Amino acid sequence: MQSHHIVSAYDDELKFLTRKIAAMGGHAERMVDQAIVALVNADPELAQQVVRDDATLDEAEREIDDRAIVIIAKRQPVAGDLREIIGAIRISADLERVGDLGKNVAKRVVAVAEGRQPVSLYRGLQALAELALTQLKEVLDVYASRSVERIEFVRDRDNQIDAMYTSLFRELLTYMMEDPRNITPCTHLLFCAKNIERIGDHATNIAETIYYVVTGDQMPPERPKQDKTHRVTLAVDTQ
Amino acid sequence: MTEASNEKRGRRMMRLFIHRFRQNRWMLAAAVVCVLAVHMIADGAGPVAIAIAVLLVCAALAPSRMPRERAAEAVAAAGHHALEGMSGEHLAAAVTDPLIVFDGDGAIVHANQAAFDAFGNLTPGILLLLKFRAPEMQEMIQSVLFGRVSSREIDYVERVPIERAFRVTASAVGRGTGLYVLVFKDQSEARRIDRMRADFIANASHELRTPLASISGFVETLRGPARDDAAARDHFLQIMQNQTVRMARLIDDLLSLSRLEMRPTLKPGVRIDLRGLVQNVIDSLAPLAAETGVSIERDFPDMTLEVYGDRDELFQVFENLLENACKYGQSGGRVAISIAGPLSSPEGETTVTIRDFGPGIAEEHIPRLTERFYRVDAGASRAQKGTGLGLAIVKHILARHNARLSIRSTLGEGAAFTVHFPPA
Ligand SMILES: Nc1ncnc2c1ncn2[C@@H]1O[C@H](COP(=O)(O)OP(=O)(O)OP(=O)(O)O)[C@@H](O)[C@H]1O
Ligand SMILES: [Mg+2]
Repeated sequence: MQSHHIVSAYDDELKFLTRKIAAMGGHAERMVDQAIVALVNADPELAQQVVRDDATLDEAEREIDDRAIVIIAKRQPVAGDLREIIGAIRISADLERVGDLGKNVAKRVVAVAEGRQPVSLYRGLQALAELALTQLKEVLDVYASRSVERIEFVRDRDNQIDAMYTSLFRELLTYMMEDPRNITPCTHLLFCAKNIERIGDHATNIAETIYYVVTGDQMPPERPKQDKTHRVTLAVDTQ
Repeated sequence: MTEASNEKRGRRMMRLFIHRFRQNRWMLAAAVVCVLAVHMIADGAGPVAIAIAVLLVCAALAPSRMPRERAAEAVAAAGHHALEGMSGEHLAAAVTDPLIVFDGDGAIVHANQAAFDAFGNLTPGILLLLKFRAPEMQEMIQSVLFGRVSSREIDYVERVPIERAFRVTASAVGRGTGLYVLVFKDQSEARRIDRMRADFIANASHELRTPLASISGFVETLRGPARDDAAARDHFLQIMQNQTVRMARLIDDLLSLSRLEMRPTLKPGVRIDLRGLVQNVIDSLAPLAAETGVSIERDFPDMTLEVYGDRDELFQVFENLLENACKYGQSGGRVAISIAGPLSSPEGETTVTIRDFGPGIAEEHIPRLTERFYRVDAGASRAQKGTGLGLAIVKHILARHNARLSIRSTLGEGAAFTVHFPPA
């Protein structure tokens, strides 16, 4: 009876961590989404809100760290449980960074709104953000389902994100060279694109952590490319 | 987790679910009245309300062996035939809106097919709070789980991969059953109509401005300096005609894209013979091929290959790709179309590749091609009456079919566009 109680309290503590991670994930996804909407629609109020929301994530990360340390000290977990706890610490750190990057995009909204750039640039940024957000969503869905068998989809999408970023980068450079007045706003957009690309990287990190938590192994490295032609896959993959 | 054990577990959960229903049938009967009342007041008894009512009534009427519930038996005798053998699972399946039953831990007990179609993996045991992370969903699920309220309703929007909006209701099933239900009512259409209107106007006004300006410029020239110049007049009229064709096309494409965005999920598909479909596309583009001087080579397997989907939409996909190959790859003089069955790739995909031998596409443009209005060389595309919407439409249609597009190209050697259909 007694030991049963202890086990279930321990279970609750672990569950608390996973739930908190999911809630953090939800906040981070929302922040990034809103930051992009604010950027595309030149909406400084929404941007302000994103900047404020970041505090929630910082707070959640601290709480996860504290709880995790207490659990480790009190329960001295091993194997799977220990991986789960360490995983929670790592994932919450990545999510906190995602929030920071979203906040950074939001902070640039005002500066970018001053000189409107060609619509095509915003479409490009939106497409990039869509990829990064899909990556984040699907990775966090795997955190819920624990079905890591097909997690390699993150590698493909990570490559898509990189290719898209490179293309945007070049386009932005052309605009800057065309007209020096574009330099300031385009530099901000460049940082926004870079931030989004890094959000994708954090999502990939999270995928690697989940893989490790579930299997105890490192995620297999990327398969070598079959050929040297430039290829890109454009898809809404379903996992 | 293996599928078989999940299924067994799901069944066990369902049995438990029904058992609990039986134990609480009187309470539930009262709940029927309440649920119905609430739904009638809200927006008339929709299919969900009816299905929930049937679910609860059937639990309430289930045959009983306990003597103190004789009254119920009399009623049960009347409904005996219709309801015998009816399981909660079947009832949930009969609901066309996504419906998820979960327990006091917030773990999924059962999700109907509509829920799987909408949200992917919802295997029993998965924690809802991990799957639905949007702050308002978290708040709602928690307030129902921790008994602060017995029922809540919120609006929930998923942005990726396809934007969808739902009105979601979470409620406790009866009292003390320990089960809860989450029902999603799709609101995407209403939301999208608004968005579509705004988008359509923004895009159309932006994109029609250029051809309109050019037409009005030529009209001015024709009325002024070129009034008596027969050769110039003919030339200008030709350009004006091209521009109007382009405008008409732009409107068609925009409408087609808007329609696709309105209904992002596919209606139930039919089996389509891929070879037949692609052959039809080739036949329909024979005039363009002749005009551009491109010969079309086929490499089809001998066996029949079928995919599931919407015939007209897939026709549009291959039409767009083949048209691009003829237009932009014209200098190569030929286009090769090949179809490969599931055995030829490790992923078991069925693929259709349309390859041209024209100038190819520079690396930095490839990831961007499916964006609306994206054109590598706006001038060249305009000369081809292009709108830059063709590949955006292709991407949309393929997403609905769970299929994907891959593009490979080496500059100077042409481009290959491959459509990958997932294994059946
Ligand atoms: N086979 C190809 N070779 C080289 N470039 C291509 C090829 N297919 C597409 N492109 C490039 O991609 C751009 C986008 O193609 P898309 O089909 O979306 O638009 P479009 O052909 O301009 O207009 P639409 O198809 O609506 O008439 C084209 O403008 C062209 O620059
Ligand atoms: Mg085209």
